[in-house]
Amino acid sequence: MTPTWVRVAELLAAILFILALKGLSSPKTARRGNQLGAAGAAIATAVAFFYGQKFYGGPVQHLPEILIAIAIGAIIGWVAARRVQMTQMPQMVALFNGVGGGAAAVISVIEFLSVHSENPAILIATIFTVVIGSVSFTGSLLTFAKLQELMTSRPVVIPLGRFITIGTAVATMVTAVALIINPINSLLWLLLGLSLVLGILLVLPVGGADVPIVISLLNAFTGLSVAASGYVLNNVLLIVAGTLVGAAGTLLTRMMAQAMGRPLTNTLFGAFKKRIASAAASSEDRPVKSASAQDVAIMLAYARKVIIVPGYGLAVAQAQNTIRELVELLVAKGIEVDYAIHPVAGRMPGHMNVLLAEANVPYEQLKEMDEINPEFPGTDVALVVGANDVVNPAARDDKSAPIYGMPILNVDQAQQVVFLKRSMRPGFAGIENEVLFDPKTSLLFGDAKDSLTKVVGALKSL
Amino acid sequence: MDAISLLTIFILSIFVGIEVVSKVSAILHTPLMSGANAIHGVVLVGAILVTGKATDNVQLYLGLVAIVLATINMVGGFVVTDRMLEMFKPKKAQKEEVSK
Repeated sequence: MTPTWVRVAELLAAILFILALKGLSSPKTARRGNQLGAAGAAIATAVAFFYGQKFYGGPVQHLPEILIAIAIGAIIGWVAARRVQMTQMPQMVALFNGVGGGAAAVISVIEFLSVHSENPAILIATIFTVVIGSVSFTGSLLTFAKLQELMTSRPVVIPLGRFITIGTAVATMVTAVALIINPINSLLWLLLGLSLVLGILLVLPVGGADVPIVISLLNAFTGLSVAASGYVLNNVLLIVAGTLVGAAGTLLTRMMAQAMGRPLTNTLFGAFKKRIASAAASSEDRPVKSASAQDVAIMLAYARKVIIVPGYGLAVAQAQNTIRELVELLVAKGIEVDYAIHPVAGRMPGHMNVLLAEANVPYEQLKEMDEINPEFPGTDVALVVGANDVVNPAARDDKSAPIYGMPILNVDQAQQVVFLKRSMRPGFAGIENEVLFDPKTSLLFGDAKDSLTKVVGALKSL
Repeated sequence: MDAISLLTIFILSIFVGIEVVSKVSAILHTPLMSGANAIHGVVLVGAILVTGKATDNVQLYLGLVAIVLATINMVGGFVVTDRMLEMFKPKKAQKEEVSK
């Protein structure tokens, strides 16, 4: 029924998607890969209008409305993607992912309403799309709210949360089975509602540094729901594209979870387990050593080797260019300087590389965790700018800490540690960092950019 | 298409999907996630298909919502990924652009 040339064009689009993912796996070909993917998507969209009279029952109906809807979506997507700050990019990806999941769920709902298929395989695929697509939709919107700090980024544990979540999941499954036995509209709406709630319940208890992994997981979910919607519509291209993303996304999620040193189940359900309160006393009455910009400049100027540990705070303060200036000054004095990049520095794996590349920091100075960690004992000053959790030794030593098991940068082994921090507030994961109270640690309080500018000024006048 | 052909396509796609990203370097995790995210924006095709044969207003309006959502996913996804990857250009090219 579909013209052959349309199917050939779709095959071409599928090949372009595979080449896109392949290209995105290597720095040299990544941008080209993304462009190939965009070309594939454009081809696929264009030929969707030529499925033929039999499919559409005449010419494509509602064509003007469809084109207007595409224009609206394209403008919203384009403007949002252009305007977003690089620091806010993770939540943008979450949002784009969520709306894709929502679209897949809605498509299956429409197909159910119009065709009323009683074929169990089609019904199962419909249910799968509705449930997974909806979970991805509300789950992604919630991760957006968490990262955008519209709500707390900490794990939210509601009383009896575990039972409510399990109860909702069971109710969803029961509704799904009922729908297969008796495919009526009201059950589908109920299923849709339950799935939307389930997405919220599943993401609420996930907090802090685990949120990016959840975005990646939901991305894989959306891929699978797109594949299932392809099965419902008997459309090969959607099956191929959705499955590719589902499989690649699942693998990527696992790699990210490994980079954080924790199994995936721990990420998702960690907050359900009873938290053992950290032994550390409250921070207010414990002494810390604070330093002036002048002190820090002197410390750096007389060091032989300095390691910079950049964190999300650096990016928030837009201080990437200032830190580059500082490093250039130090290098000019003959001091050896490296950046230590934790795999999850920033908000997502690889995020810090993107942010520093934006500020023209040379790649050669960026060292990955495994490469730099043995160098800390021979380092005079470790300068931690706006990072906290990724240098917290609790992840290494304290079994009760929620981040236990995450590999960290061993700044505590350096001769001296300097933290540039806004306040004593704990990091993203919400736990105390013992290094802050170490006698060899100095703290310079204030906005990262202001502090760095002062240090640069002090260095110049030395 | 019959169920077994679709299943075959599904299973083979899983292997291809895993194979193509298995060697990705850690610095590209974020752009890869974002690029993969853009690719599932192709769900727009499905949204166009169901809307183009919608027979009542409920189906039409739901279909138009799906089209808007799917297009945001597709266009936004590719554009934001391109912005990220722009920064991974080789140093020389970047300087030329700055001096322009």
